[in-house]
Amino acid sequence: MTPIAPLKSPQDLEELKQKAISAIKACSTRILVCGGTGCMSNGAPAVFQAIKDELAKAGVPVRADIMSDEDEKAISLGYSGCPGFCQVGPIVRIFPADYFYVQVRPEDAKDIVEETVLNGKPVERLLFVKQDGQICKTRNEIPFYKNQVNVVLAECGVIEPGDIRDYIAHNGYRALAEALFGMTPEAVVDEVTKSGLRGRGGGGFPTGRKWAATQATQSPKKYIVCNADEGDPGAFMDESIMEGNPHAMLEGMIIAGYAVGADEGYIYVRAEYPLAIQRLRRAIAQAEEANLLGDNILGSPFSFHIHIKEGAGAFVCGEETALINSIEGRRGMPRPKPPFPAQAGLWGKPTVVNNVETFANVPKIILNGAEWFRSFGNEKSPGTKVFALTGAVVNTGLIEVPLGTTLGDVVFNIGGGIRTGKPFKAVQIGGPSGACLTKDHLDLPLDYDSLKSVGAMVGSGGLVVMDESTCMVEIARFFMQFTQKESCGKCVLCREGTKRMLEILEKIVSGRGRIEDLDLLEELAIAVRDGSLCGLGKSAPNPVLSTLKHFRDEYIAHIVDGVCPAGECEAFKSYTIIEEKCKGCGLCAKKCPVNAISGEIRKPFKIDKEACIKCGACVDACKFEAIMRA
Amino acid sequence: MTPSAAKVDTESEAKRRFEKVQKIIEEYGTDESALIPILQKIQEEYRYLPEEILTFVATALDLPPATVYGVATFYAQFSLEPKGKHLIKCCDGTACHVRKNQPVINAIRQELGLKDGKKTTDDHRFTVEIVSCIGACALAPAIVIDDVVYGQMTPEKVREVLSQIESADNAEATK
Repeated sequence: MTPIAPLKSPQDLEELKQKAISAIKACSTRILVCGGTGCMSNGAPAVFQAIKDELAKAGVPVRADIMSDEDEKAISLGYSGCPGFCQVGPIVRIFPADYFYVQVRPEDAKDIVEETVLNGKPVERLLFVKQDGQICKTRNEIPFYKNQVNVVLAECGVIEPGDIRDYIAHNGYRALAEALFGMTPEAVVDEVTKSGLRGRGGGGFPTGRKWAATQATQSPKKYIVCNADEGDPGAFMDESIMEGNPHAMLEGMIIAGYAVGADEGYIYVRAEYPLAIQRLRRAIAQAEEANLLGDNILGSPFSFHIHIKEGAGAFVCGEETALINSIEGRRGMPRPKPPFPAQAGLWGKPTVVNNVETFANVPKIILNGAEWFRSFGNEKSPGTKVFALTGAVVNTGLIEVPLGTTLGDVVFNIGGGIRTGKPFKAVQIGGPSGACLTKDHLDLPLDYDSLKSVGAMVGSGGLVVMDESTCMVEIARFFMQFTQKESCGKCVLCREGTKRMLEILEKIVSGRGRIEDLDLLEELAIAVRDGSLCGLGKSAPNPVLSTLKHFRDEYIAHIVDGVCPAGECEAFKSYTIIEEKCKGCGLCAKKCPVNAISGEIRKPFKIDKEACIKCGACVDACKFEAIMRA
Repeated sequence: MTPSAAKVDTESEAKRRFEKVQKIIEEYGTDESALIPILQKIQEEYRYLPEEILTFVATALDLPPATVYGVATFYAQFSLEPKGKHLIKCCDGTACHVRKNQPVINAIRQELGLKDGKKTTDDHRFTVEIVSCIGACALAPAIVIDDVVYGQMTPEKVREVLSQIESADNAEATK
C-alpha cells in the first residue's frame, strides 16, 4: 500500500477524504469479495484468486490499492468485511452497480469478468433468488436486508477494512476531528448521554453515565478498555465489526479517551478470533501512521495509544472486573463492586469499559447528533442493535434492526421463517445468560426493558431459533453445562449450585428424573441468581427458569410419561430391527456392549428392549440401515 | 550411548529450552501483566506448558509458582499436557449444538480411536478439543483444524477431511 502522510490538522483529513472519494469514484468497477470469517472458510480466497487470474487473462489492469488511480482503466479488487448474509456466502459485490453475487465459486470468475467487468451486465445465475422465484439485482431488493436498518454495520461489506482511506472516504475520523477541535470533553459526554446509548454488550447500562462518572473521578491516569471478549456461544457481531470496520471501534475509543481524559486504551479480544486480531493490528498501525492515533492526534494537544490483549479462553472475562484482572495478568475472577471501574478500574485507575458495538456507535452519534440517534429505536432503548440470527431459520447471518423491532419481524420477515418447515418453537436470546422466548412472545419488542420484563435480556445479541425438533430440557442442560464449566469458582452458590443444577438436568434428560426435582431446580436457580457476585452467576439460571416457566410440560413429559416430545433425547429413543431389511449378518450383535441383540445367522435379529442401554452402537454398525431409532 | 553422554544431552536440551523462554520473557518484560502473553507464546512454541518452564517463568517474574500455576490452569487455552501435531477444535456453540454437532464430534473421535474422554491420540498426531463458539455460527456445525475453519460439517465430510490430512502427512513423511 502507498504510505499515508501524517495528518497534521482537520483540514489535512478533509483533503485526504476528498482525494479518496474522487479516487474511488474514478474507478469504473470495484469488486469486493467478502473477507469475513464465514466466507473466508467457505472458499472466498479461492474466488478472489480466480477473479484476479481472470482479470489478468482478460488484460484488465488492477489497482495496487484503492488510491492508485494513475491508470484510468484499472479496476479495483479487494476484501470487504462481512455484509452479514453468511448463509449465501461467499459473497462478491460489484460497485457502483451494486450487484450482489451469492454462493460464488472460482468457476464463476470468468463470467464475472466477461459479463460484468467488461460488459457491465449482471451474471444472472449468481444473483439472489427470492422464494417466489424473483431475482434480486442489488442488495436492497433482498428481503433479508429490506427490513434492516444499518447504522453500525452501514460500512461493513462496503469498504475495505484493510485500508484506512476507504473508511476516511466514508466520513471516517471526522467525528474525532469534530470532537477534538469543536467540542469540550464535557460536551462529548453530554452528547453521548443525551443520545441515550446503552451498553451493547449485555447489561444495557447507559454509556453516558459511565463516561460521566469516569470523567468526574480525579486522576492523572485513566484508561479506556474495549471489551471484545465476545464469549456468548451463538454471537459473532463484535467479531464482524472488528473484521469489517475496525476503525469505527478505534475512533469510538479515541473519542472516549478525549471525553474522560484517558490517554491509553486496551482492547481485550478473544484469541478465538485470529482474523479480527489481524485486522485490528493493521488498523491500529495505519491509524498511527496517519497520526489519528498516537501523540498529538491531528495536531491537537491530545494523545492516545491503544494496545491489544489477547484473551486466553475464559467466558467470565466478559465481565468487566474479571476482564480487568485478566489484563493485569491474573486469573480472570470478578471483583466486588463498588468500587466501580469508573472509580478504580485497571491498575486501580478510573476506567471506562465498553463493548465493541457500543464504541462503534459513538462516531455516528458525534457526527449526526443525539437527536438523529434517537430517531431509531424507542424512548428507553434508542438506536439499533446488531443480532446474530442463527439456528433453524432460512436466512442466517448478522442483522441490524432498530431496538424495539418485534421478535416476529426478525424471525419471519428477516429470517424468512423456519427452514425445515416444522412449526416455530422458541428463540433463545442472549446466550447462556439469556432466556427462551416462545410463540407467545412474537409481538414482544426487542429492547432492554421489554426483554427484562419477561425474564430475558438482550445480552450480546445472539438469537438462536429453534423448531419442534429441539428439546427444551436439553437446551437448558446445554447452557447449564456451559455456565457450570465457565463458572470461575469464586462464589460458592455459582460454583456448587450450577453443578447440582446440571446434575438434575442430566438426570432428567437421561430418563431418571423425579417430579420433586423440578422444585429443587427452581429453588437452586433462585439461590444461585441471588447469591452470586457477577453477571455470570446472576444470569446462569435464566435458561432453566425460562424453560421451566414456558415449557414445564416438556419437563413433565420426560419425568412422568417417559418421553421426549421433541424426539431428541437419546435415552427416550427405542431401537428396533426392521425385519425386511435385516440380512442376518450378526454384526450388530457383535458390537452390542450388553449382548442385548440375538438371532440366527441369515435370519432377522432381535433387540431385547429391557437389556438395551440405547447406546446406538448397533445403528452405526449396521451396513443395511436395518435398525430404526425412534 | 553411555549414561553420562545421555545426561549431557538432556542438560544441553534443557538449557536450549530455557534460552528460548528467556528470549520470550525479554520480549514481553517482567511485569505481572506480561504473564498471560508470555504463557501464550510459550504454548505456541511447545504446544503445551511444561512444568519446569512454569517455575522458571515464576522466578523470572518474581511471582510465587502457585500464582503462575493458578493462571495456567484457569484459562482454557493453556494445557499442561502435550498436544498433538494437529489440533481439532469442535465448536459447541448454541448454533452448532442446535444444528446437531454431536454426530460430527462422535465421528471424529471414532475415526481417531479416542475413547473414554481421551483428547490426544497415542501417536500424538491429533488432539480433539470441544470449544465454545468460534463465531462461525452461520456455517454451523463448524470445526477448526489447525486454524482453518471447516463449515457445515457432517460425519461423512469430517471423515473426508481427516483422511486428506492423514494422506498429506504420509506424503510429507515419505518425502
